[in-house]
Amino acid sequence: MRSRIAFWNILKKDIKNYYLKPPNISWGIIFPLSWTLMQLIRSPGENVLKLLPGLMAMSVLFGTTSMLAVTITFERSGRSFERLLLAPISINVLVLAKIAGTVLFGIFNAFVPIIFASFFKDLRGVNFGIILPTVFMIAVSSALMGLLIAVSAKQVFEAQTFSNFFRFPMLFLCGLFVPISDLPVFLRPISYLLPLTYGADILKGAVTGVNTLSPTLSFGMLILFSVVLFLISRHNINRKWIL
Amino acid sequence: MINVTNLRKTYGDFTAVNNISFEVQKGEIFGFLGPNGAGKTSTINMMIGLSRPTAGEIFINGIDVRKQTKKAQSIMGIVADESNLYNEMDGFENLCFCAALYGMEKDEREVKARHLLEEFGLKDAAKRSFKAYSKGMKRKLTIAAALIHSPEILFLDEPTTGIDVESSRQIRKRIKALKEQGTTVFLTTHYIEEAERLCDRIAFIAKGQIVASGTVTELMDSVSHGHVIRFVTSKFAENLTAELQSNFEGSIATIQSDNTMIMKSEERIPLLPVMNFLHDKGIDVYEATELRPSLEDVFVKLTGIESSVLKRDEKKGGRK
Ligand SMILES: Nc1ncnc2c1ncn2[C@@H]1O[C@H](COP(=O)(O)OP(=O)(O)OP(=O)(O)O)[C@@H](O)[C@H]1O
Ligand SMILES: [Mg+2]
Repeated sequence: MRSRIAFWNILKKDIKNYYLKPPNISWGIIFPLSWTLMQLIRSPGENVLKLLPGLMAMSVLFGTTSMLAVTITFERSGRSFERLLLAPISINVLVLAKIAGTVLFGIFNAFVPIIFASFFKDLRGVNFGIILPTVFMIAVSSALMGLLIAVSAKQVFEAQTFSNFFRFPMLFLCGLFVPISDLPVFLRPISYLLPLTYGADILKGAVTGVNTLSPTLSFGMLILFSVVLFLISRHNINRKWIL
Repeated sequence: MINVTNLRKTYGDFTAVNNISFEVQKGEIFGFLGPNGAGKTSTINMMIGLSRPTAGEIFINGIDVRKQTKKAQSIMGIVADESNLYNEMDGFENLCFCAALYGMEKDEREVKARHLLEEFGLKDAAKRSFKAYSKGMKRKLTIAAALIHSPEILFLDEPTTGIDVESSRQIRKRIKALKEQGTTVFLTTHYIEEAERLCDRIAFIAKGQIVASGTVTELMDSVSHGHVIRFVTSKFAENLTAELQSNFEGSIATIQSDNTMIMKSEERIPLLPVMNFLHDKGIDVYEATELRPSLEDVFVKLTGIESSVLKRDEKKGGRK
């Protein structure tokens, strides 16, 4: 009961104070839009559908990891975050409440390119029943990566830097823009250590019908990554924020 | 209400809190008085579960803080040494949000928030964002936020540091009112006057250790000083000191100026015989004052720390 009220109010506060703020909302829209436009201008004949999985994955990634890392680091530096640690709610509830807002924001971002694409293409062939849970799991795992970054960063700019350090190589290695089979052999194992690789593959399958890996295995991997990231984050919060 | 035993905190090989033990009774205001770096915040952070003790035990209302941290936190109100509410929310929203963290329902939250805003004189600022508050207002709202769930025990880390005289006075008044309502208060301060005025019992803390503790009277009595009385008279009385000393055995009389004389004695000095004695010599006594050591003198004597190390509440300073 107490946890439910706390969870809901932390989520509401974050949405209102961070995610609904004009700069963040517009970032969530402008970024995917400009990417789509850029791709279309570069190769005008290309099928928009082929771009869609990459755009969605990227939008989620950009809407979550650094958002959470930055907002938490911001609250930590103003010390209002202490309130959450001192409230009579478990760290599990705290972590879930903090990532919930980011996950919603990530899902919202993912649907910007879809809506945009629907103006150009008939999207009836796209399997939304698969896309939604996959986008959700990509958002969860990316948000948890953001949390992990927040536990390591001391300042907001550090959180920014760490986020970029993770997400750009991740985009490059996840197989969306360069197929994993085309990557140098020594980079391939790294690809398989990234949650995005699995998420991207399911999205590709859902949009274009071509999968590299089994969707069930990929979805399982996304869940596994999320659980492991959750446990590491919780452990690190306990160790580093309660001195 | 609070039982702390052999509490220790080390950061690397630096010992911030060194084996301290104390108890706080229900409904009392207990204060930690000590200079910067004494270990006040380190102690409070362990008591509220924001930091882990290196060794020792903390029980709050019978709850082991180390084992049942969340249960203990549900009966605590906590005011950190900085005013740490959310800048982007207004006063009312801040209070309601804090209430929600303690599981209060919406109606209850809003009623209590309005009540506290009124009580702390912040009603007009309810809709202003926290970042637009003055320092004193921020402090008051932070204290109000700690009270939103009606905690049984309130922790305040330097509640009035950096706050002007008037706001400090209002804050102290609220703390006293809370005590009247039965709330137990644990606070830290480096203002001697604040500790003296506000606290039922005080612990002097220096270099991570409790040097002395007790009520103001107990602390004063722990330093033996005898009794000192200052007489203000109509005229010079130097030739009388020897006679006074022989008449009042065990006392030492010294002339301070043309019309003041100090008498010291281990025993209490009865005033009327001294005044009669002086009257017979044709000297009028206008004033007789007992000079007591200030809490500050006691602090300096017990801790060996110069009181200037503690920031003093300049405008209200001075001894009685
Ligand atoms: N996280 C930490 N790591 C290392 N040393 C610390 C840490 N926190 C506190 N200390 C050290 O412990 C000592 C006690 O600090 P503490 O903050 O408890 O003092 P304080 O009595 O609250 O002082 P102040 O009046 O300045 O708030 C200080 O010397 C401080 O430098
Ligand atoms: Mg302190």
